[in-house]
Amino acid sequence: MASVLTKRIIACLDVRDGRVVKGVQFVDLIDAGDPAELAARHAAAGADEIVLLDITATHEGRSTLLATVEKTAQRLFVPFTVGGGIRTADEAAAVFDAGADKISINSAAIAGPELIGAIGSKFGAQAVIVAIDARRVPGAPVEHAEVFAAGGRKPTGRRAVEWAREAESRGAGEILLTSMDADGTRAGFDCELTAAVSQAVQIPVIASGGAGTARHFTQVFREGCADAALAASIFHFGIADVRALKQELRCDGIPVRLPC
Amino acid sequence: MIAVIDYRAGNLTSVVKALRHLGADVTVTEDPATIASAGRIILPGVGHFAATRRLDETGITAAVRDAIRRGIPFLGICVGMQWLFTGSAEAPGQPGLGSFPGQCARFPEGSGKIPHVGWNSLTLRPESRLLAVVPEGSFAYFTHSYRAPVLSATVAVTNYGGPFSAAVEQNNVFGVQFHPEKSGETGLRVLRNFLEWLPC
Repeated sequence: MASVLTKRIIACLDVRDGRVVKGVQFVDLIDAGDPAELAARHAAAGADEIVLLDITATHEGRSTLLATVEKTAQRLFVPFTVGGGIRTADEAAAVFDAGADKISINSAAIAGPELIGAIGSKFGAQAVIVAIDARRVPGAPVEHAEVFAAGGRKPTGRRAVEWAREAESRGAGEILLTSMDADGTRAGFDCELTAAVSQAVQIPVIASGGAGTARHFTQVFREGCADAALAASIFHFGIADVRALKQELRCDGIPVRLPC
Repeated sequence: MIAVIDYRAGNLTSVVKALRHLGADVTVTEDPATIASAGRIILPGVGHFAATRRLDETGITAAVRDAIRRGIPFLGICVGMQWLFTGSAEAPGQPGLGSFPGQCARFPEGSGKIPHVGWNSLTLRPESRLLAVVPEGSFAYFTHSYRAPVLSATVAVTNYGGPFSAAVEQNNVFGVQFHPEKSGETGLRVLRNFLEWLPC
């Protein structure tokens, strides 16, 4: 039996002050806001990785994050990524110590790209994900899609494809690409943008933003050349869990980790 | 006591956590004397092959070589497995332990994306002790740019631009290219098999 590298389905938890916001409605879940319990549920349901995105704005909330990461990592035996607000190599080190396998950096990498190498040299390139929030420029080719910082609020003047290339050359292990145009629409990933970035780099690209149906995942793996796709709120909208999604993908001929 | 060798190459938290979850008495150490007194030894690694130079400089290589000779079970993970070969193209001047013949090489161009990151399946040799009870075709989580050749000690093969050793074992020396601490139930089974294996 010839083995094939499977396409990864990554479950994302948005966390504020230690609580999951817009959590998934698992039946019989004791605490829908507990990141540790939700992460364990997603892993048991077949998620290939877990991403915890801290959207806490306050400084006090930041110290809660490490406790949250530690508790979530405790019984999680699939790769675990933590992102949101990591600004320095020391902050990254604290998150690794708490149990993260990878960290995701965004605005801080744009402000000082040497941070990518600084973290990578200590923890390995595989542990550094550069997250890119990008928006298409109306009327311009997809390669002109612009990078935004500060949670999508601040235009940077950088082009997503070029920034992805630079992140790779500085030692990023993966790119997490969020289409700001598609995000929240449930109308499908931006396959054209994903393909443009994925083909520009050697490292894996995780597609994010726009998932609404299993078909959208098939499209982003085929047409978007994505290596992985992030599913945040899709499980609210008719797909029971990651396993159900993977079963549909397998019927579509997409290699996925099943049984899982 | 299980010694997990710390050679300043990456994050050991996940390996230690998985071992403790399985009830193991774990000591993270870079002290050759502690390693020499361990009942089992694990060499993790997510870094560059060149980082294994530190093993030579600190006397750990000698302590491991002696422990293996005494029959102490040894498990190398990722770069820790590659170190069991004679060396790697990633750091040509840096020798490995040489328990297994052959050099590790970079995935050839055209293999797909490099590094090989994600879940890929295992084609198993049925007599494996490390992979006992693991079903054929089980998935494991990989992240690496260099790969070890397939040889007679190979007990699991994975394909990515060609076959490579996903697991090797010979007597009391074991190695896995994938990350058992991040490979769900399959990975925990592999770690449990290592912890429970008794030399006869």
